[in-house]
Amino acid sequence: MDWNNPWIFAGVKFIAINVAFVAVLMIVAYSVLAERRVLGFIQGRLGPNRVGPGGLLQPFADLLKFILKEDIIPDKSTRFVYFLAPVIAITTALMTIVVYPFGPTIHIPFTDWYVPLVVTRMDVGLLYVLGITSVGVYGIALAGWSSNNKYSLMGGLRSSAQLISYELSLGLALIGVILQSGTLDLYSIVERQSGWYGMHWNIFWLQPLGFLVYLISAIAETNRVPFDLPEAETELVAGFHTEYSAMKFALFFMAEYVNMLTVSMLATTLFLGGWNGPGVQTFPLLGVLYFLIKVIFFIFLYIWLRGTLPRFRFDQLMSFGWKFLLPVAILNIIITATLGWFGWI
Amino acid sequence: MTRFDLRDYLPVLLMFVVAAGFAVTNILLTQLVGQRKQTRTKLMPYECGKDPVGSARERFSVKFYLIAMIFILFDIEVIFLVPWAVVFKTLAGPEYGLRNLVYTEMMVFVILLLAGYIYVVKKGAFDWGERARHEAEAEARALEDLRKKELAARRAA
Repeated sequence: MDWNNPWIFAGVKFIAINVAFVAVLMIVAYSVLAERRVLGFIQGRLGPNRVGPGGLLQPFADLLKFILKEDIIPDKSTRFVYFLAPVIAITTALMTIVVYPFGPTIHIPFTDWYVPLVVTRMDVGLLYVLGITSVGVYGIALAGWSSNNKYSLMGGLRSSAQLISYELSLGLALIGVILQSGTLDLYSIVERQSGWYGMHWNIFWLQPLGFLVYLISAIAETNRVPFDLPEAETELVAGFHTEYSAMKFALFFMAEYVNMLTVSMLATTLFLGGWNGPGVQTFPLLGVLYFLIKVIFFIFLYIWLRGTLPRFRFDQLMSFGWKFLLPVAILNIIITATLGWFGWI
Repeated sequence: MTRFDLRDYLPVLLMFVVAAGFAVTNILLTQLVGQRKQTRTKLMPYECGKDPVGSARERFSVKFYLIAMIFILFDIEVIFLVPWAVVFKTLAGPEYGLRNLVYTEMMVFVILLLAGYIYVVKKGAFDWGERARHEAEAEARALEDLRKKELAARRAA
C-alpha cells in the first residue's frame, strides 16, 4: 500500500480516529453505569439493574431518553452561545484522544506492517493536550453566562476560577516528567518507561510527589468530588448546566466523563508507564490490556472518592490549590532538577 | 522525536470534524425528535419555582478577575519552564556539559517566581471571604452596641 498517497493516509487515520472515538464513548457509557452501580453498593443498595442483564443496557436506555426529552431554551438566554457551549465542552474533551498511545507497536500477521497503536505521534503531544483541555473552560464559562440564570452564572464563575487555579498545579506537576523524558511526544515518554521488565514507571522512579499533585489537580480539573463545587446541589441547584435539558445536558454530562477518562489516560501514560508491564516485549497485545486495567483503576478511584468524601468549601478549595498544591508542585520541579544536576534522572 | 511533519497534525483536524459533528448532530436530533410544549412559565429562568428576581447579568465579585489575572501571570511562567525541561537532559549531558548553566539559570527564575508568589499570598489574593467575614462581624458588633445603647436610653427614660 502506498502510504504517501494523501487520500489513503487520511482514510486510514480517519478509520483509526473512529475506532478510538467509539472505544472512548463505550468506556464512558459503561463508566457511568459502573459509577451508579458501585455507588449503589457503597451505600448498601443495588443501583440500576433492570435494563438488560445486570443493567448492562442502561446506558443505551439513558441515551434514548435524553434524545426524546424536550429541549428547553429559556427565553432570556443568549441563543447562539447557549447552543455553542455544550459543543465546545464535548469537542475539547474528545479532541485529545488522538495523541494517547493505547498500546505498543503491533506487527500485523501475514504482512510486513508494523502499526503503533496510537492515532498520531506529535512532537508537541503533551502541550497539545494541555492546550486543548484549557479551552474546555470556555464551554463551562459560556454555559454559565449565556443561560441568564443566577445559579448558572455563579456555577460557571466558580468553575472557571477552580479550573484555572488547578490547571496551574497540573501543568507544573507535568514539568517533572518532561525533565525526566526530555520529550513531549507521549509515545516516546511511554517507551522510556519500559526498563526493569516493564516496571520502570515514572511514579516509582522520582515522580511520586508529581503524581500526587497531578492526581489531586486532575480530580479538581474534572469537577469531581471532593471538588465538585460548580455543581454543589445544596447551594447552586446544578451549577452551570441548571438551564440545560435533553441532549445538551447529556453533552455536558458526557464531556465530564470523557474528561475523567482522558486525565486517567494521561496519568497512566505519564506516571504509570502507559502500556508497559511484565511480558509486553514478548506479547505486544498484552500492553493494551495493561493500559485498560490502569485506566479502569483510575476510574474506580474516582467513584470510590465520590462515595467517600464530602465537598470542599470554596475558600478552602482556593487556599488548598494556591497555598498548598502550587508550592508543592514547584518543590517537585526543584527536587527533580537538582537530581538532574547530579545526573540521576 | 525531533522531526517535524505536517501530516502528523492531520488527525487533529479530522478529530475536530468528528467530535464537533457528533455534538451538532446530537443537538439537532434532539431538536427534531424531542417533544415541544412551550409555555411562558417553562421558559422563565429557573429560580426554585419562584418568579425570577431581577437579572442574572449583574456585577460579581472582583476576586474572580484577580484570580484570572494571577493565573495568566503564572501560566506564562509555566510555559517558560516547558522548553527548558525538554532540553535539560540533553544540555546537562556529557555532549554539551552545560549542567551548571541550565540548572542555575532556571533556579534563579523559579526563585523570582516564588518571590512574586509570596508577595501575592501576603497581599491576601487567595483569602476568599476573609475580609467579608471580618466586615460582617464588625457590622454585627456595631448593631449590638447600638441596640445596647438604645436599651440603656430607654431604661434611663
